[in-house]
Amino acid sequence: MSTLTKEAAAESIAKNRAPKSKTRGALINKPGWLGYSFLGLVMVAAIYPIYWAFMIGSGDQTTITKREVIALPGPNFLDNALQVISNPTVNFWVAIGNSIIVSTIVSISVVFFSTLAGYAFSKLRFKGRGGLLYFVIATLAVPTQLAVVPLFIVMVNLKLAGTLPAVILPALVSAFGVFWMTQYLEQALPYELIEAARVDGASMFRTFWSIALPSARPAAAMLALFIFIQTWTNFFWPFIVLDKDSQTLPVALSVLSNNYFDDYSLILAGAVVSILPLFVLFLVTGRQLVKGIMEGAVKG
Amino acid sequence: MTTQSVADERSVRLVAFRQTISRWDVKVSPYLYISPFFILFAITGLFPLLYTGYVSLHEWSLIGGEGDYVGFDNFAFVLGQEKFWVSLRNTFSIFLFSSVPQVLLALVIAAVLDTNIKAKTFWRMGVLLPYIVTPVAIAIIFGVMFADKYGIINTFLGGLGIDPIGWHSDVIPSHIAIATMVNFRWTGYQALIFLAAMQAIPRDYYEAAMIDGASRVRRFFSITIPQLRPTIIFVVVTSTIGGLQIFDEPRLYDQFGRGGADGQWRTLTMYIYNLGWVESNFGRASAVAWLLFIIIIIFGALNLFISRQISNGGSKVKK
Repeated sequence: MSTLTKEAAAESIAKNRAPKSKTRGALINKPGWLGYSFLGLVMVAAIYPIYWAFMIGSGDQTTITKREVIALPGPNFLDNALQVISNPTVNFWVAIGNSIIVSTIVSISVVFFSTLAGYAFSKLRFKGRGGLLYFVIATLAVPTQLAVVPLFIVMVNLKLAGTLPAVILPALVSAFGVFWMTQYLEQALPYELIEAARVDGASMFRTFWSIALPSARPAAAMLALFIFIQTWTNFFWPFIVLDKDSQTLPVALSVLSNNYFDDYSLILAGAVVSILPLFVLFLVTGRQLVKGIMEGAVKG
Repeated sequence: MTTQSVADERSVRLVAFRQTISRWDVKVSPYLYISPFFILFAITGLFPLLYTGYVSLHEWSLIGGEGDYVGFDNFAFVLGQEKFWVSLRNTFSIFLFSSVPQVLLALVIAAVLDTNIKAKTFWRMGVLLPYIVTPVAIAIIFGVMFADKYGIINTFLGGLGIDPIGWHSDVIPSHIAIATMVNFRWTGYQALIFLAAMQAIPRDYYEAAMIDGASRVRRFFSITIPQLRPTIIFVVVTSTIGGLQIFDEPRLYDQFGRGGADGQWRTLTMYIYNLGWVESNFGRASAVAWLLFIIIIIFGALNLFISRQISNGGSKVKK
């Protein structure tokens, strides 16, 4: 009885108050100065290491020994960066080019194959659909990264070791991508549209191409973004299978850290340079990235 | 007249032909569409995984290739090595230092982001920023920040009157430093996942609790946490699978990549790399890979079980 009245009271209060503010939770959760300063602190922790690297990277060899926690950047960042980029052992330009090639091809491929499979899993009827989808999801839990030894043997035998295809081929499909597109198309693509296209005589592939693909666009863009970042930052397998001419950016960065270990201003300038491309991408697409993570979380 | 009937017949046949094609199209297409994933996964995922088992039962060198069948000798060898057990210890220790604080901190960040703050997108993008930094760059930067002698962290601690800590020379401090890199990159990302789940909780729950006089902290523990149960399980299990394979951060924590003078921060994946590509012994590297594979599966399942138990307890309290 008492709970009943409480619930009723809560409901009536909620109803009464609802029109005043459209923002959910506005009444309960007004952040105080404590909330803002906490977030400010988190933000400082997120930015400070990068700023610090820039500070050291813009000084000279002695900056690191000055022991200042917060200081202004020095004048040498461009010089240091150029010295790193033009160094023939580190091969930075080639590495950036390779990273762009690998990440772009992998993103496009994953998006295409994931959309194709996601369309089949969400909208087409065929025998074994449920079981096969379960299998795809189960592979997410398999640490395939550990199977580097045979993968390396295979790549050597195919004469692909030391070439970009050695990194691209194993990454062309993604279980996460298939799962992601299946989830999205499930609710975003109405059956009526597919049936209409079929009635008009479109082939299965034509239906996919002109109906499913366009409506998958928002999710596909987010997936492309994730895969691009994931591929760009990937280190373990590229480090094993690539060589000096085929290295991607993280591999080049590891070479840099091994070659210059007495001059931290150069190493850290290199680290900052390596962050820049994705940082620019983040400035442009960060909003979508946040949205993608949050939407994926609700579904997953 | 004749031409007319021929044409008719032709069109009838054409329609029949088209229908056959169309029927096949409908039947075969789905399998065709999902086949790229399965074919490529079989070649680059499943086959190498099983083949790892095969290699682990053989003498196998980087240069010489396949040798004799040796049964479980490689397993016996690595299990008899102190290096293996030290690496296992390091892997788990780093994992604990990274996963537990990360989940807790991410929950708090998410709770604050879930309030009615100004400039929502700005804060959300801000906490996500470290995610786009390559682990290699993070490891290099933090490796210098955590330097034993001139490191900014020790300088800062010195300012607080704390003696310098051997972030590289000592076991636990080096684990904490490496875990800090992982936390730096992933905490904001996990916070956004938690935030999304928090926003899906019906606000009536909170209002009802408020009327019952529950404090903000009480509301967090009695409503938010139990409601987030599936999300917490998801985050814990995925970070287990990834965390136990950690390589980039410890590998680049110093310039030598050996995991410290005594291997004090050498992880199992680093051990696999050293066995395979430094000592040229693929058989032993594969044996460790299989062991780690089994550990991950067991530990992932265990985590699933434990976090289910814990959050079940939480929701029981609520009801």
